[in-house]
Amino acid sequence: MIAWTIYITFGGALLLLFLPRVFARWLALLTTIAGLALGLAAFIHTPVVDLAHFTTIVRVPWISVLGMEYHLALDGISLTMVMVTGISAVSTVLFSWDLEHRQNEFFFWLLLVVAGCYGVFLSVNLFLFFVFYELVIVPKYFLIAIFGSTNKEYGAMKLTLYSFFGGMFVFIGILVAYVTAGSLDLNQLAQFQFPPQLQWWAFPVMFLGFAVLAGIWPLHTWAPTGHVAAPTAGSMLLAGIVMKLGSYAALRVAMNLFPQGFQLWSKWIAVLAVIGIVYAAAVALRQSDLKFVIGYSSVSHMGFVLLGLATANVLGVSGAVLQMFSHGVIAALLFAVAGRMIYRRTHTRDLDALAGMNLSHALPFAAFTFVIASAASIGIPGFSGFAAEIIILIGAWKTYPVAVWITGAGMVLVAAFTLRALKQSFFGEAGSSVVRMQEGRVALDPDWNEQQSITAAEKIGACLLMFATLAVGVYPKLLLDRIMPAVEAMRFLKSGG
Amino acid sequence: MSLIIHYLWLIPAVPLVASLAILSLANAWRRSAAALAVAGQTAALALSAVAFLPTLQTHGFRAVQNFTWFTFGDNALRLGFVLDPLAAAMLLMISLVGLCIFVFSIGYMAEDKNFVRFFAYLSFFSGAMLGVVVANSLLLLFIFWELVGLASYLLIGLWIERPSAAAAAKKAFITTRIGDMGFFVGMLWLYNRSGTLLFYDDGKGCLESAGLAMLGASATFIALLIFFGAVGKSGQFPLHVWLPDAMEGPTPVSALIHAATMVAAGVFLVARVYPLFSLGAINGVTSSLTVVVWIGVTTALMAALIAIAQADIKRILAYSTVSQLGLMMVSLGVGGMAAGIMHLLAHGFFKALLFLGSGSVIHGCHSEQDIRKMGGLRRFMPVTFVTYAIGMMALSGVPFFFSGGWTKEEILHAVGHWPPSRAPYYLMFAGVVLTAFYMTRQIIYVFFGNSRTAAKQAHESPPVMTIPLIVLALGAILLSIVLTPAWPWLHDYLTGESVHFEIGRLIQPMLFVSLALVSAGIGIAVWMYRKAGVQDGDRPADIDPLEHAQPALFRFLANKMWIDELYARTVIAFSWIAALLSDWMDRYFWDGLVRGFGAIGQVFAMFTAGVDERGINTGVDETTVGARGLGRLMSAAHSGQIQIYLGIVAIGMLALLLLYAWLA
Repeated sequence: MIAWTIYITFGGALLLLFLPRVFARWLALLTTIAGLALGLAAFIHTPVVDLAHFTTIVRVPWISVLGMEYHLALDGISLTMVMVTGISAVSTVLFSWDLEHRQNEFFFWLLLVVAGCYGVFLSVNLFLFFVFYELVIVPKYFLIAIFGSTNKEYGAMKLTLYSFFGGMFVFIGILVAYVTAGSLDLNQLAQFQFPPQLQWWAFPVMFLGFAVLAGIWPLHTWAPTGHVAAPTAGSMLLAGIVMKLGSYAALRVAMNLFPQGFQLWSKWIAVLAVIGIVYAAAVALRQSDLKFVIGYSSVSHMGFVLLGLATANVLGVSGAVLQMFSHGVIAALLFAVAGRMIYRRTHTRDLDALAGMNLSHALPFAAFTFVIASAASIGIPGFSGFAAEIIILIGAWKTYPVAVWITGAGMVLVAAFTLRALKQSFFGEAGSSVVRMQEGRVALDPDWNEQQSITAAEKIGACLLMFATLAVGVYPKLLLDRIMPAVEAMRFLKSGG
Repeated sequence: MSLIIHYLWLIPAVPLVASLAILSLANAWRRSAAALAVAGQTAALALSAVAFLPTLQTHGFRAVQNFTWFTFGDNALRLGFVLDPLAAAMLLMISLVGLCIFVFSIGYMAEDKNFVRFFAYLSFFSGAMLGVVVANSLLLLFIFWELVGLASYLLIGLWIERPSAAAAAKKAFITTRIGDMGFFVGMLWLYNRSGTLLFYDDGKGCLESAGLAMLGASATFIALLIFFGAVGKSGQFPLHVWLPDAMEGPTPVSALIHAATMVAAGVFLVARVYPLFSLGAINGVTSSLTVVVWIGVTTALMAALIAIAQADIKRILAYSTVSQLGLMMVSLGVGGMAAGIMHLLAHGFFKALLFLGSGSVIHGCHSEQDIRKMGGLRRFMPVTFVTYAIGMMALSGVPFFFSGGWTKEEILHAVGHWPPSRAPYYLMFAGVVLTAFYMTRQIIYVFFGNSRTAAKQAHESPPVMTIPLIVLALGAILLSIVLTPAWPWLHDYLTGESVHFEIGRLIQPMLFVSLALVSAGIGIAVWMYRKAGVQDGDRPADIDPLEHAQPALFRFLANKMWIDELYARTVIAFSWIAALLSDWMDRYFWDGLVRGFGAIGQVFAMFTAGVDERGINTGVDETTVGARGLGRLMSAAHSGQIQIYLGIVAIGMLALLLLYAWLA
């Protein structure tokens, strides 16, 4: 049933091309809600034991000579990713609700990205997996290049080239796996013993290929530029789901196929991850563009995912999957505030300019949302980020105690840059010339009118995301009970982990 | 096992739920907001009182209720709630003092447009703090601990119109965050060693002998890391810098932060995980406890010295809080656990009283906080004056009548028996003198002498504000009943011993030492400042006598020993440079590398394009030209005349024949 997330989303995208534009956003909303509902249904109805293994749901022969099949499966990790995709997708549509131009085209590309992501998270066959994986990149390019803002062509091109660059390495890895093992089926490959010498070089090639998309340091520079260039919906999807494609694939494919290679290289991954956490946080402290701050915070948070993966124990890896969910939701929320709630109304994301606007009075709901998102991003308990990070760090303590210490310092930096952004954007000094007080309400520019207060669609979208991060933060068992057995079934775990 | 333990979670939950409910109210619903907050706090107080009862019945009562947060494999991360004398006493103090502050706030914040939001945050703060107290798991404690931090951030930054408020909120959060990360790492370490974060779990908890045995030598480091968290939250040196700045929040918030909740959390934490600190103690001394003592001594003296030279009524109180917390830490460090907690509880009352009193003064003086512009207020604000004086004497440690006097004696007594060194004992003497000195200085400036600029229009505050003051003042005095050496009920309640009444113990030698010290402090201050507020006129007080005598020293103290400046030049500058460097690297190095690769690609593309254009393409072009020439040549032969074709065929045949003949 969950396979229908892919079909519905693709179908919705195609239908968009034929329907008049008045229906566009409604159709997009319905499609994404259907996807989320299917995910939820699977979440509720699939017994937890069935989620311990990558259980086949659809299997159709395709080009059997080459081992290509249309083969989908589901386990706890996939389900978690499908859920975050659904949540991000719905809120993304809501935050694009009053788009003015080329709506059909916009939602068409958007749904293609979402459909591709569903596809990646459910694919068993490596060829199918790669098709979906590359499929996401093309619509991303158009989303950014057509609908983006600041330096959009550059950002779009950089993102696309990086993605193809990573994809090239991934492709090599897939070919190697196929040639050596004679299969493209992930479940079969996961049983196959690749020679250690091959794993020694094939793992880093494939892992790096994926990790590019996850924003691993120092191959992260596409992320901030891409996020800034993208339209709000683009940033939300990019940070919310597309970056997770990389970390998910690194876990599902690279680590699972080449366990010995992974164990050889895992400490270097941890090193890169920790550098990424601290370094990106430090860079974020210096940014004057709000979206750049959030872009770098994404790199920092993805560092936690990579650190969790590198621990090679159940706890760390499960925490990494939880962090993928958590960051997907929180980053979407942060970008929604920065890109939609602030930028659309003020036409600036410059922190110094925003500081003069005293936005917390003009946009109280946006301020509230941003406080919540910041708290979640900093890792305040009660939000999903804390649960994920503490699990990752408990896991990391077993393997890399030093990493935990450095990460602790990094978390102070995360608080520092987040609060700086929060203070500058909403709680800055009032009384700048940009601001005029009008009957107790702040006028931002001459066009200011009622329509510029936060819309109902935006409120619903924000509430959905806030609810998701709170629910998982208070009760992480919801997801962990499904993630952990699936992680335990993987073979790269270090003994005793 | 008492029934209340099953409902213990309600104590933090009720204010938290009230907070959420208030948050959903519209800005205009001020009455409902205040009513909800007060109701939530009253419910918490009632529940705390119910929870207090069973702890009275048995000595060393302890009940726990644990539950699983999530499981992994055979392990589980478990959380829980605990009720013991320490928790029960703290619950009562926090909810009672909190309630006074809530009621006071109704009057104090009456004009404020953030009224509803304020009460939502206040309830949130109170709930989080109550959670810290009842947590039976270091993780759950940490969770509430962080929520306290978040609440303080929101409350300190409440007056967002003031940029200094936003900056102070940020500073408070980040400074305590630094400590929290120590706590966090210590917690992870502890979990890794002992496999549980529950304090008490039928003998398997990390504070019980089996759990402690697994820690070994790492206990010292774990304890110190956790202590670092307490240093941040309780404003100990070197992380004390946020506390005085936190005065930017509304005064009731200061009262809540400085008396009942946030700063108390650090001292409470040390008391709660005391077995970790005292593990392997010889004569009650361990290296971690020694660190606690010296940090406490440094903080207590430094803050008391700084307080002498401050002019802001709230800042003086802020530094006195820092100083008193240092004193409590010293007490915990030398093994006087009960004495430290007793002082914490007593301090909760009289410091809340002093802050609310200062709030009343500020309210009466129309938001003026500079004590040099006040003066003579005892005539205009009698209730505030009397209650404030009670608070001042309790804080100074005036013996016999005031709770603070008894607890200070208890602490001095404990410090005097510390084996390693006598130095803290005598340094604490200095601390007591200094405290009495600066509090007397403050009270002279505010309430005595002539009315100066801000005090001309002063008025007494409404009953909604003065009644909480009276309640707290009564608390500051009446608490003495359970503190005296003759009937040390609170001490024995906390340590789990049975209490005896023995009037002979009432008068101890320490009483006279204490009396001498406090009199010295008050006497010197009265003598020095006797003329400070007398001059008339519409101008602030003259130059401070101390400044007159020692200008350089005074400036050093008035500028908070330049510790903020030191941090700005070192830690902050360092992280700023690191950020600058990382940003530069990202912009130019990594991105440059990427662009470089791009450029190489482009050069390569240009090269291949050149080869393509000049070499291959030209070759192909030439070939095509040649082919066309050939074609033209051939097409000439392709004339369509049968004769010529036949002729060519004939020539061909002839050639083949000749070839054949020649070969044969």
